[in-house]
Amino acid sequence: MFGTVAAYPRWSWWMSLGLFLAVSLGGWTRVTAQTVETSPSIPSLRELVNRLPEAQDEEARRALLMHIAAGGDAATERVFAALERGALYVDRRSRTVVEGSRKGSRYLLTDVLTGEALGEAGRRDVRRIPVDNRLRAELRTVQALGALEARDPTVRQAAISTLLGSSDPEVHKAFERRRGVEPEAALRSSLDVALAIFALGGHDPKAFSAALNTLEGRSEENVRTALRQFSARSDVLESQQVRAQRLLERAENRLRWLARLEALFFGLSLGSVLLLSAVGLAITFGVMGVINMAHGELIMLGAYTTWALQQLLPTQPGIALLLAIPTAFFVAGGVGLALERGVIRFLYGRPLETLLATFGISLILQQLVRSLFSPLNRSVSSPEWLAGAWEIVPGLALTYNRLAILGFSLLVFAALLSLMKYTRFGLQVRAVAQNRAMARALGVRSQRVDALTFALGSGVAGIAGVALTQLTNVGPNLGQAYIIDSFLVVVFGGVGNLWGTLVAAFSLGIANKALEPMVGAVLAKILLLIALILFLQRRPQGLFPRRGRQEEQG
Amino acid sequence: MLYRLYQPIFFVVALTLAAMASRAQEGEPIRVGVLHSLSGTMAISETTLKDTVLMLVEQQNARGGLLGRPLEAVVVDPASDWPLFAEKARELLVRERVDVVFGCWTSVSRKSVLPVFEELNGLLFYPVQYEGEESSQNVFYTGAAPNQQAIPAVDYLMNQGVQRWVLAGTDYVYPRTTNKILQAYLAQNGVAEDDILVSYTPFGHSDWQSIVAQIKRFGGAGKKTAVVSTVNGDANVPFYKELANQGISAADIPVIAFSVGEEELSGIDTAPLVGHLAAWNYFMSVEEDVNYDFIDEWLAYIGDDDRVTNDPMEAHYIGFNLWAAAVEKAGTADPSAVQEAIIGVSVPNLSGGMATMLPNHHITKPVLIGEILDDGQFQVVWETPAAVAGDAWSDYLPGSRNLMADWTDPVRCGNYSTEENRCLGAD
Repeated sequence: MFGTVAAYPRWSWWMSLGLFLAVSLGGWTRVTAQTVETSPSIPSLRELVNRLPEAQDEEARRALLMHIAAGGDAATERVFAALERGALYVDRRSRTVVEGSRKGSRYLLTDVLTGEALGEAGRRDVRRIPVDNRLRAELRTVQALGALEARDPTVRQAAISTLLGSSDPEVHKAFERRRGVEPEAALRSSLDVALAIFALGGHDPKAFSAALNTLEGRSEENVRTALRQFSARSDVLESQQVRAQRLLERAENRLRWLARLEALFFGLSLGSVLLLSAVGLAITFGVMGVINMAHGELIMLGAYTTWALQQLLPTQPGIALLLAIPTAFFVAGGVGLALERGVIRFLYGRPLETLLATFGISLILQQLVRSLFSPLNRSVSSPEWLAGAWEIVPGLALTYNRLAILGFSLLVFAALLSLMKYTRFGLQVRAVAQNRAMARALGVRSQRVDALTFALGSGVAGIAGVALTQLTNVGPNLGQAYIIDSFLVVVFGGVGNLWGTLVAAFSLGIANKALEPMVGAVLAKILLLIALILFLQRRPQGLFPRRGRQEEQG
Repeated sequence: MLYRLYQPIFFVVALTLAAMASRAQEGEPIRVGVLHSLSGTMAISETTLKDTVLMLVEQQNARGGLLGRPLEAVVVDPASDWPLFAEKARELLVRERVDVVFGCWTSVSRKSVLPVFEELNGLLFYPVQYEGEESSQNVFYTGAAPNQQAIPAVDYLMNQGVQRWVLAGTDYVYPRTTNKILQAYLAQNGVAEDDILVSYTPFGHSDWQSIVAQIKRFGGAGKKTAVVSTVNGDANVPFYKELANQGISAADIPVIAFSVGEEELSGIDTAPLVGHLAAWNYFMSVEEDVNYDFIDEWLAYIGDDDRVTNDPMEAHYIGFNLWAAAVEKAGTADPSAVQEAIIGVSVPNLSGGMATMLPNHHITKPVLIGEILDDGQFQVVWETPAAVAGDAWSDYLPGSRNLMADWTDPVRCGNYSTEENRCLGAD
């Protein structure tokens, strides 16, 4: 973490900064701003903060920050948080340091200590106080050192994880101190691991075997690094080195297994995206036989609906996302209905013309979005509950957004399947698909069924668009990225068979992710396409052929 | 006899022609071609550049044009379609008779128009960073060559203690060449082969799970790791999102990108990107008055306070001013004369320095490293002490080490071999 040799004695800066935050965050004593400001010999926090722009180089800045932390002001945390975000500016008119946030080409200024509004400033009036990754990492370490003493055990656990890779003796001391008073058993064992890592890097031969015992069965990155470094050392007993080697091998073996599980999850996740984008097409193309090249653009419309709802509810991205599911269904479904009534119904039975017409529509829709909104991508934010990952065991973490989409795709699939199987509408759709003349003779209004079926497929495409906003860009080209894959899935699964679509989506996803680590993303895709072409040569009707209109006609 | 009879007629004709020519000098506009996609996938980046050139033309006209003649912009739309770029370039040069063209984005589009410009002796100003290994008499490269972006970026990271490298890129010519140069450069600096991971992905790749997991494992070997990203366009957002979701922060494994700028960041949720890096020759956040003036003019021209400025825009700003200065110097807008006059011309750039056109048709540029902030802006954390001269032929590739480009006498060659002491020309 530290590449340079500090001009200032580093450990004293750590010690004072760490101790200060430990103390202030632990809530043992709070030195108020007033007491500091009244004392004439110590500069106030405000004076120190105003000195920030003078500290040009890294060392001077670090020394000044240490000074700020040591002052023990309650507002220090605010200052550090603003600094970490890069939100501290020098107001060049008053030569003071303020917190700023950009609004268009203006800046809204607030007092960094009190949060009081200070009005606006133009671009030329302010200058940003620089912060880089190194400074940010140091601030984070300091904050974590403080958080070790926090009341909330989850905060303490997070602090331990943040500090785990550190080789800093100050962190070592903090860990030892905390280990003595930690009430939670789980946290105590985390601290033991952390201390064992320090022991392996230390020079006390008696501590080695106890440390190795503690690390048995662990496979965290920092543990493996410590074991690797330990087994490469020349000043330790050979038997201990062999033991460390064995522990390392076991950890790496376990990781290899976890990597395989992870790849399986990646495959399922890719499959779920394929399923979502293809299941709408499985209805319009599979059941109705319409080659709808504008399917991708219906997905795109769903994504833009999500964006629009987030614009309406800027503070509630999560609720907007949930509301977007039905809204996108009706928006895309409505557009689909209009398409069917306006264009496609005149082209039934003429697949080539349908293909050309819908391709044209897809271009029109793309350019329409480009002209209406902008050719630039739109920003859809992820709600907090979809960010991050669920760590099942160290080394195997499943990201929440992927998990959510996997579950969501299965839900959509189940809903669609039961709609087709158990409702009157589903029965009519199947009847019209299997034998239009007979269905009409039995009183099914086939044109109405056609229109509604197409609207249903389009609406499901819109729902897919909502899910995709959480994974990829929302822009005019969104649909193009998915249209080819969607057709592949439907054709591979067997036209007109929903189960086929499910199986095809997941098997393509898993096959892709199994190949990717071996041959790279580009070649994996090519190999898969070749395999698919060969398969369709052997079995043109796909995995699960269907008895229906297409086959009778073909 | 016959000759003597015709002589006065010749004389009269010559006089009228001369008179017509001088009238053209006074009033007829100088035509400026703009060859940027306004539709299709590249419209996202190129529309802004079209507007930039239009703004520069308008400003020049407000200052009285060039040589007393007004400037007239001719805009065509190559629609992100590479062969169409060549057709539209021909249209500009033959039918519209433009004196200069500002345009193209991506090396494929440039390679597509190159034969047209060479055949018809046009002038093209190309504003985007590219992989180098090219120098044409008719093209001026105002974007960064690899030694003005990639190499300084790696130097910066090495200084930060990075020992393990992931070179991630989209699968096409720019990332492949850049990564080849970087691999040679890293090897020369003592980085072992095991410490470099190269990974290519298709255009518009959106499923980054496996690659990010691979990067995570690669970075878990106890050495400081960084990703050098030549990932292009739309694939970036899912990449950064996946990095954030898998718990990789900029403090653990920083990603330095060569194609992520202010314009790209304006369309996305920047939260997962904060702290990651980009290497460019200009950032909107550069704190110089000349930059503030440019930003104010741009916002006023486009009429939207939320718009941003970016590196290729600065390249057009420099390119346009270099061309204008060369036209003034040559006293004519004739492409051949401008080609001669422009070499050695210097104009201010937007980061407080000067940009000079070099004999190899590249320019001098400072290199800035910026960190992404949550408002979609970059904060400069490092810059080269002096401007870097663009190098057409990389010193780190075996085939191009001994090549140089020089369009002044006596060399006059885009690929002169210092080994064989001759111009390789087209072979």
